[in-house]
Amino acid sequence: MTFLRTALSNRSFAIGFAITALVVAMAAISFIWTPYGVDDQRVMEVGLQTPNLSYWLGTDNLGRDLLSRIMVGARNSITVALVAVIIGVGLGVPLGCWAASRGGGLIDEALMRGNDVIFAFPALLSAVMITATFGPGAINAIIAIGIFNIPVFARLSRGAALALWKREFIMAARAAGKSAPRITVEHIIPNMSNLLIVQATIAFALGIIQEAGLAYVGLGTQPPFPSWGKMLNEAQTMMAFAPHLAIVPGLAIVITVLGLNLLGDGLRDVLDPKLANRRPAEGDA
Amino acid sequence: MSLLNIENLSLSIGATPILHGVNLTVGAGEIVGIVGESGSGKSMTALATMQLLPEGSSTTGSIRFQDHQVLSADDALMQDLRGDDMAMIFQEPMTALNPVQTIGDQVAEGMILHEGISRSEAQHRAENLLERVGLPADRYPLSRFPHELSGGQRQRVMIAMACAQSPDLLIADEPTTALDVTLQAQILKILRDLVAERGMGLILISHDLAVVAQMTDQLVVMRHGEVVEAGPTGQTLKALAHPYTAQLAAASSHVPARANPPVLTAQQTRPALVEVQNVSRHYGQRRASLFQASPPVKAVDDVSFKLFPGQSMGLVGESGCGKSTLARMVLALDAPTSGDIVLDGDSLVNSETSRMQGLRRKMQIVFQDPFASFNPRHTMERAVAEPLHLEPKLSKSDRRDRVVASLEEVGLTTAALSKYPHEFSGGQRQRLAIARALITRPRLIVADEPVSALDVSIRAQVMDLFTQLRERLGLAYLFISHDLGVVRATCDEVLVMDEGKIVERGPVGDIFDHPHSEAAQRLVEATPDLERALALRNDAA
Amino acid sequence: MMIFILRKLAWALATLLVASLFVFAALEIIPGDPAEVMLGINATNEAVTALRESLGLNLPVHERYLAWISGLVVGDLGTSYTYAVPVSELVGERIVVSLPLALLALLLSTLVALPVGLYAAARRGGAMDTTIMAITQFGIAIPNFWFALLLVYVFAVWLQLVPSGGFPGWGEGVWPALRALILPAIALALPQAAILSRVTRSALLETMGEDYIRTARAKGLSRRATLWKHALRNALIPVITIMGLQFAYLLAGTIIIENVFYLPGLGRLVFQAISARDLIVVESVVILLVATIILINLLVDIAYTFVDPRLRANRA
Repeated sequence: MTFLRTALSNRSFAIGFAITALVVAMAAISFIWTPYGVDDQRVMEVGLQTPNLSYWLGTDNLGRDLLSRIMVGARNSITVALVAVIIGVGLGVPLGCWAASRGGGLIDEALMRGNDVIFAFPALLSAVMITATFGPGAINAIIAIGIFNIPVFARLSRGAALALWKREFIMAARAAGKSAPRITVEHIIPNMSNLLIVQATIAFALGIIQEAGLAYVGLGTQPPFPSWGKMLNEAQTMMAFAPHLAIVPGLAIVITVLGLNLLGDGLRDVLDPKLANRRPAEGDA
Repeated sequence: MSLLNIENLSLSIGATPILHGVNLTVGAGEIVGIVGESGSGKSMTALATMQLLPEGSSTTGSIRFQDHQVLSADDALMQDLRGDDMAMIFQEPMTALNPVQTIGDQVAEGMILHEGISRSEAQHRAENLLERVGLPADRYPLSRFPHELSGGQRQRVMIAMACAQSPDLLIADEPTTALDVTLQAQILKILRDLVAERGMGLILISHDLAVVAQMTDQLVVMRHGEVVEAGPTGQTLKALAHPYTAQLAAASSHVPARANPPVLTAQQTRPALVEVQNVSRHYGQRRASLFQASPPVKAVDDVSFKLFPGQSMGLVGESGCGKSTLARMVLALDAPTSGDIVLDGDSLVNSETSRMQGLRRKMQIVFQDPFASFNPRHTMERAVAEPLHLEPKLSKSDRRDRVVASLEEVGLTTAALSKYPHEFSGGQRQRLAIARALITRPRLIVADEPVSALDVSIRAQVMDLFTQLRERLGLAYLFISHDLGVVRATCDEVLVMDEGKIVERGPVGDIFDHPHSEAAQRLVEATPDLERALALRNDAA
Repeated sequence: MMIFILRKLAWALATLLVASLFVFAALEIIPGDPAEVMLGINATNEAVTALRESLGLNLPVHERYLAWISGLVVGDLGTSYTYAVPVSELVGERIVVSLPLALLALLLSTLVALPVGLYAAARRGGAMDTTIMAITQFGIAIPNFWFALLLVYVFAVWLQLVPSGGFPGWGEGVWPALRALILPAIALALPQAAILSRVTRSALLETMGEDYIRTARAKGLSRRATLWKHALRNALIPVITIMGLQFAYLLAGTIIIENVFYLPGLGRLVFQAISARDLIVVESVVILLVATIILINLLVDIAYTFVDPRLRANRA
């Protein structure tokens, strides 16, 4: 908790934290309450409305409340991006650390070349292949984005771990007879956790944009479940007379991603050991 | 009129005061040394003179250079002065040169800027200059990039660059601290010759009294941002009028008191603690061409020696001679390409993993850099206890007792237990590193340059600690250092390495007083020595 | 130097080979018979058999892979089931839309980002720097296809300055074609430019803190001169890395954004192919894009050696 208090004095972190908390709260509340039913189509009674007092964000051409759909859509965006980050961290970090602990050997080379291969498949291409093979679905987006996250985290953690392996306190641990996996768990991963946390927020933000893109072209979440990307797709043909249909979900994406990026920037500053625990002035040494 | 006149200079960075009322004068063609320990403000005085201070600095007082007031000079004037009338050489040759520019372009850049000559003319002059500092163009063409040169060679490029316009004032900030003694001697000679040749004034900043005693006319001693004492070098260092100067001089030639006679190999009848038998370590090189494989680098080449219980063995040599690789193999952190290492009757090369745990308990390590040798996220209790991993599991309170006992051995209290590494000073951290090494009650400690990152007064204390511990606990040391003074003061015998081989060995006194091998002679000759330097001076009162 | 490039080239080819195995395998594991999937549930047995025949599905797996990969090498991508024309012809028609679009976007984003990053770095902490950084913070958060929708609304629907979509083809002349590509290129480029300018700025600032910058200042160079002569080239290394990564994103973005502007590029082709279950077209487009990304990564690796002498083979 003391950490949170210091962190909140950082402006980027405070704004990012507030926005992210708001989006998460919105998604959580949507499980028990939304202003209107998400799929309540009332073409005749309600119809297309611009934002007003009863429908804060307006309604779409089928009379569905946009705020309710944005709230439920947040659930979808957060889940997909979060699971994709977990896949990336869960597989990428162990792989990167393993490669680094073998420093320069055949396994290291093979793992890194494997990464190069995955890097040639942006999430969109993976999603295209998965959809072509198994048909569309939200799970495709998770897998496609998650796969692309693996080499991102593998490279990052390998680079950080390689630098750490040269440090003298790692030599001391080796002289203490500790095995490479144990050193990785006790010394390597804790010392790169800051880096990983920052990268995870960035990957999370990127995941939200990617998920929206995939849903927009029909490779992600399928209707009727609302998703921000799909809402943009539906809004496209009505751009000329109902621009709010495109502006509202777009802004939802921008604000969420902005919040996460600010959070990441703030964390980077707050967690930076260079700023946090400055070396004491060398009075006696 | 003097060339540089600093009066009552005070400096603070942000809210932190750095310098208080510093006075310093450099005459034309004069060499002034500034000595002091870390945090004394010696580098900041130099940077203030060049107006290259970090952002957020504020200064008061006066710095007159020729007829300019530096503190109130505008950017344009300072840019004219810098590189042309005043120039600077920095400590870290590995990072002070632009990695993507050739050395020729970097040396020529200042000439083109200040004299407006053509690139080809500047290159031609750069070639002469580089030859003058020992980098002839037939072996070191101007098209070389910094990464293709060694540290010593890069420092030569720095000197060529700084002297390109024959500035009136040259500032050298610890120009040889990152180099080994032989390179240090070469670089200092080049500096001294160039300064004399071109009539430049020189400010030489150093932590090493012996270097300053060899090189300078005037001496300024600084501590905590203040000038403690100033005067002619020989006089000041012989009189030692000021207690702090006297303390520095005493610490820099400190020899720990010993109760026991030295353990000499020739007199041993006991079995050796460590026996290194014909050990070699080769490294494969990346292919330089498609058609021929490069020969392996022989980092350590057929080395044998014995180390007896309670013996302190020095291992000296120039950088790259293979001493660190050898030490890593003795610690079983690296495996020899051939040969064997036997510790207390067991092979370190052929033992099974289960047996290795027991062997590792008998040997521990202390590193050079007290900042890097602890995990910044672990408390000292956890860090010092780490080698206990090698022993059967202890209860929490037994563990703590062992840590406390170890801390007491090195003169620290239980207050250290719950603190983190950054809460300690460098000297304290080196004590903690020794405590960590002692916790398994080892019989051998390998110490890799354990005092070379410490200031002289702290260095003396840590050397005392090493000596006391050896006598109390019967430890054997393998003591790696490039500083012959430290080795002479703390070791019984010494091994001199050169190009992967041991070229000379014997009791420290014999080797350092009468070196036979070329490598040992080189080292002894290059090592700065305060008394010798003072004896050679003729300006003593 | 030469050996470095050859080694990189060999790795690129190996990467491509492994990637092709992935693509091939992905469509191999398709549940059920590809021919049945492609034809849908109403297909007759004869039709399925005929398609199996023409797809070569009767052959063993490794032979099919070899046939596919050797076809790729000579540019024979097979025949599209839905269009009944050679896939190479289809792809050829479409790639002249997608590739110029991606390259135009890369060019645009670089042309915007480098000067902006340089300007912000030179005025670090100033009002302009703060403003630029705030704008780029937004830029990063904007999905390119949404930005594209807004651009269409403002410039095509509202101001009616450019067509809202469609592509006249290069046959109609360069200008009309470029005019159709300019909005999509801007939509793709600006979010990327936001990232790239931040990277440029932070790379420059980091370099400006290096020891060799202080050396250059000690020689008498002004702050601006050290920025241009010493910091810029060193800062290019991370900038090139990001540009290489961005190309993959731009290519993926191209495929999405073609849907906003109804451009007849690879993106439209691949989505039509997915809904028509034309697996051969999907496979071909994917492997083509993957190959392009690998090629760009190779070029980035080679570009490093020009910027950074440390990566050239040691002459010492």
